[in-house]
Amino acid sequence: MVKVPVQFTLNGSEKAELIDSGATLLHALRDKIGDTSPKGGCHQGTCGACSVIIDGELRLSCLTLAETCNGAVIRTTAGLAEGGVLHPLQRAFLDAFATQCGFCTPGMIMAAKVLLDRTPNPSREEVVEALSGNICRCTGYEPIIQAVLTAARANSQNVA
Amino acid sequence: MELRKSYFADQRKDGLHEIGQGRPRLDSPGHVTGKTAYFADRNFPGMLHLKMVRSPHHHARIRSIDISEAEKHPGVMKILTARDVPHNVYTILILIQIGPEDETVLADGKVRWKGEAVVAVLAETERAAQEAAAKVKVDYEVLPAVFDMEEALKPGAPLVNEYHGQNHYLYDSGECRKVRFGDVEAGFAEADHILEQTYQSSPIEHAPTETTGCVVAPEGNDRFTCYTNTQAMFFTLDNASIILQMPGSKLHFVGGTVGGGFGGKVDVIVEPIAILGAKFTGRPVCFIYSREEEMQISSPRAAEKVVIKDGVMKDGRIVARKVTGYTDAGAYSRHSPYGAQKGAAHYPGPYTIPNVWIDTYCVYTNRTPSSAMRGFGVTIGDFALEVQMDKLARLIGMDPLEFRFINAYRDGDMKAHRQPTEGAALIECMQEASRAANWPVAEKYMAMSSYRKGG
Repeated sequence: MVKVPVQFTLNGSEKAELIDSGATLLHALRDKIGDTSPKGGCHQGTCGACSVIIDGELRLSCLTLAETCNGAVIRTTAGLAEGGVLHPLQRAFLDAFATQCGFCTPGMIMAAKVLLDRTPNPSREEVVEALSGNICRCTGYEPIIQAVLTAARANSQNVA
Repeated sequence: MELRKSYFADQRKDGLHEIGQGRPRLDSPGHVTGKTAYFADRNFPGMLHLKMVRSPHHHARIRSIDISEAEKHPGVMKILTARDVPHNVYTILILIQIGPEDETVLADGKVRWKGEAVVAVLAETERAAQEAAAKVKVDYEVLPAVFDMEEALKPGAPLVNEYHGQNHYLYDSGECRKVRFGDVEAGFAEADHILEQTYQSSPIEHAPTETTGCVVAPEGNDRFTCYTNTQAMFFTLDNASIILQMPGSKLHFVGGTVGGGFGGKVDVIVEPIAILGAKFTGRPVCFIYSREEEMQISSPRAAEKVVIKDGVMKDGRIVARKVTGYTDAGAYSRHSPYGAQKGAAHYPGPYTIPNVWIDTYCVYTNRTPSSAMRGFGVTIGDFALEVQMDKLARLIGMDPLEFRFINAYRDGDMKAHRQPTEGAALIECMQEASRAANWPVAEKYMAMSSYRKGG
């Protein structure tokens, strides 16, 4: 198996790993680096549980080759709380009872973060659209949508 | 949420500290920070991957299994067949005296459904395990199969499961679970109208986001820790103990974190064979279903068929109900004999009917074994019963909600299985539903109560 060196910034820390050529970013993050916050639900790009943010874009880490991430800035849910303080999205998910089994939660939060970074005050429709690539099988969509809208309101109040 | 405290005010204590209060979920902080540890988040150095060779046939005799080529595949550490499993034939509910043992951990001599586990391959990588599994040669003699419950119950149908000897579960009450209450034929004779309808359902897959699996770590001294997403920890621990013929003190199970289950993770399928692999190799073992396996191999909700015959009076009283229910267990029992039994208790519905006759069958076919899923045994029954209630109401020209008020069981009523009704509150639920749905009913129904002293 050909090994390739890959360097990227993960949640603010420099990472350098030798990765099997053809390995996914999901595998690199979970099995090499030990960030297990992205989850492997389908490994075929349909469930969204492995969603991460690469250079500001929402990406499925199960369909992203690790070797294509050289020099990238990657963010996962594990790095979202700063200094032990929950991100407004995390706080909103916690308060709004928007987690059940929790397996889809890290991917949902990443998708929601990309939305709020671009659209600080989204409509309900925009939230639904932004989360449409993330499957929740405990049928928790309504509390999740409410949590994202609540986090958006909290953000706009902070800015004001 | 608004609590309607006017109901049963004299029967309730209101000085409670927990009930009616919002409480944060204890596991939520881990979920939102990505720190919750699911079984697959455990990674051990030197961990092996387990892949199953599965039956491509619905029903076949196994003439021979040749693992010689697969064993030579680079990275393969161990290949397990039926003869490696200490107690290979088991059934989950044997722990509560529901037998016979009827399912093989790894197929022995025969496969009874398409997807059945035949050979387990343990290798250094998932890919090596997959490639080696493809090199296992199994010689099958394909047998006639049966997929339809009524076909399976006919004389001369292919015998699905020899451990039962016939294609239905044998209850202590005979070939089916029975409920007999009153005189159902006298009830039909008295009825103004009779309506018989048949309802059918297909199997339903739970499709949890986290697929089924476990990670096993050998701890030395022949002890093993099994990180699992089982929904039935003690069924799994005790059945693993039986299958592996190991005392429970050798097995440490870590669970409680399940990435979606809906009942689909109560079967004991992945843990015993993964522990066996760890025992043979001395290495940690990961056995996790691919998404494809989860959808095709994991047990679905059973397909059901329900035949309901009701006798009803013009004034709305149901006077007789006869139900025959069929639960498709697939090739093995798992939780289906219990599901069919629950149906027998449930088919009178939440209604007081003086004459009831119920038979429910747990039927074996060459389909994927079905098992637990959210109210299995009663959910499809409820669908059928409530559609039937609407049809009965239409038949006699009555409002369907008012029709339910007439037949709703109330405290003190005797149910068909001879448990007196207590704490029903059904009338009150329907009164609230009537308001919430803006579906008004006559004032006399809004004045009813489930609670009636002395009837």
